[in-house]
Amino acid sequence: MKVLVVTGRTIDQGCGKESGKLSEEYMGNVALCEINPEDMDKLKIRDGGNVKVTTRYGSVVVRAKKSRRTRTPSTVFIPYGPWTNTVFASATNATGMPLLKGVEADIEATDEKILTLHELLNQSYSK
Amino acid sequence: MPVVSGVVCPVCGCCCDDIEVTVENERIVEVRNACAMGAAKFESFGNHRNTTPLVRKNGKLVEASLDESIAKAAEILAKASYPILYGWSSTSCEAIRTGLELAEQVGGLIDNTSTICHGPSILAVQDVGLPASTLGQIRHRADLIIYWGSNPWSAHPRHMERYTALTEGRFQKSVWRGLLLRVQASSISKRILRVAELVLKRGSHRLPSDVSAPQQALSAEERKVIVVDVRRTRSADLANYFVQVEPGKDFEVLQALRALVRDEELDAEEVGGVPVETLEEIAEVMVNCRFGVIFFGLGLTMSRGRNRNVEAAIRLARDLNKRTKFLIMPMRGHFNVAGADTVFTWQTGYPYAVDFSHGYPRYNPGETSAVDVLSRGDSDAALVVASDPVSNFPREAVANLVRKELIVVDPHLSATALMADVVIPSALVGIEAEGTAYRMDHVPLPLKKIVDPPEGCPPDEKILGMILNEVRRIKNSEI
Repeated sequence: MKVLVVTGRTIDQGCGKESGKLSEEYMGNVALCEINPEDMDKLKIRDGGNVKVTTRYGSVVVRAKKSRRTRTPSTVFIPYGPWTNTVFASATNATGMPLLKGVEADIEATDEKILTLHELLNQSYSK
Repeated sequence: MPVVSGVVCPVCGCCCDDIEVTVENERIVEVRNACAMGAAKFESFGNHRNTTPLVRKNGKLVEASLDESIAKAAEILAKASYPILYGWSSTSCEAIRTGLELAEQVGGLIDNTSTICHGPSILAVQDVGLPASTLGQIRHRADLIIYWGSNPWSAHPRHMERYTALTEGRFQKSVWRGLLLRVQASSISKRILRVAELVLKRGSHRLPSDVSAPQQALSAEERKVIVVDVRRTRSADLANYFVQVEPGKDFEVLQALRALVRDEELDAEEVGGVPVETLEEIAEVMVNCRFGVIFFGLGLTMSRGRNRNVEAAIRLARDLNKRTKFLIMPMRGHFNVAGADTVFTWQTGYPYAVDFSHGYPRYNPGETSAVDVLSRGDSDAALVVASDPVSNFPREAVANLVRKELIVVDPHLSATALMADVVIPSALVGIEAEGTAYRMDHVPLPLKKIVDPPEGCPPDEKILGMILNEVRRIKNSEI
């Protein structure tokens, strides 16, 4: 299903970063995707199940979280952090700022697991 | 147990300066007045602390001495032809000053986190100016507060409590009573809706919306809060009125409001998903307030339009100043990003994305900004201080950052430190080291030293001074 991904801060992400980005608390609060319940029904995702978010630049697996705060049918919200940044473009349109809100993506239910920060870094980047 | 009061919190751009910290046996045991994020920092900063200098050898980070890591860092920077010196927003102005000297010495690019945050706001301010004030004036006088593309509940938790709706100003009351009544009414109506859903096995999946028109919701004598966003955030729950805009349509909505504020009529039913009737009433409220303010966030800077969105918002505030008093302020994210912009501007003439490769400062965001330089693969080394770009930059920029030699100065083992070639542990500014920070309204505040840093963790300013001396020694020996 086609969606627009909006990233941003959450209070749990903010507290998680102060406790350490390598922590399970941080991962649990950042590797997630808030989706409207109507969209979750359409995609046959259960609350807490995994979803794969795919953009032109790649895919990442995060946990689905039911939220009535996002619009249907087009918007999902993912907290700002390393998981979502692996699938975002660096192009800035000569402004210096990449597009980090309102990015087109496809989401689907998946059985693949969510990578820890260590695994994500090893898989995405090499020295 | 000594209590240190008047502590400035070193987390977000609010820089709350009423924090009280209790110290026992040289450790922090209690924090009062801080929000969840501030409390998390004061209580948990020891959890993921790094206290050992590290150097990468044969592909792995191994322990090294401070001298060895400083020498290696200086060697990398002195030899590089275009290093990037990035970060700066979570350290003191004094450290930033030394960082600028170092950037000039090595002829590199120096950039701070504005580049991925309110950089577009700075571009807009450079085009159209900024009608602003300090937060104190807003606290005492503002009767209309608009949060646009900003969610203080999540990112600046005490903003409303310290500076806007929930504080008692000299000339404006707080909205506590009205807010509590509204929350009660809303939870009662939610309960009724849930019962109705169960009984009737029908009912929508939507939260109860504000069916009353803006005028009714906002006609009270007390301060009014309007939240404009693409989703119904928790800040929107606290507001008197919430306007939901379609993603990427803030520019259109702002321009529509500008037209309405100038008494023009709109030939449309809706703009950006908002009915024109609603916009007309919002414009009415804005024109009739005594002292209004727009606080805006990354909803404007990170969406399609970037600096043009901010420009439209500033122009709206300027247009409103023909009718009433209206200000606008960016919600700065980190506790000293405003300080980074300020010190950069004093020393180089430019607030961020400053390039020294020609021997003099040049500024051209889009060309000399960190994400662009990295995605073009133009840099050949980097020094990251008080920031974590591996977590916060998009993929290609990060890939090019870690591919080249990377030095990290940080109290924690961040994602960036994990990918570095040299890691130098530093003291936490505002807890273990003194310094100056600038709040989001550009008021300078003194950061306190509350406890000693661990052995072998000097403050950023000292580490940068040591690297600078060593770089100068290397460059002089080459002559």
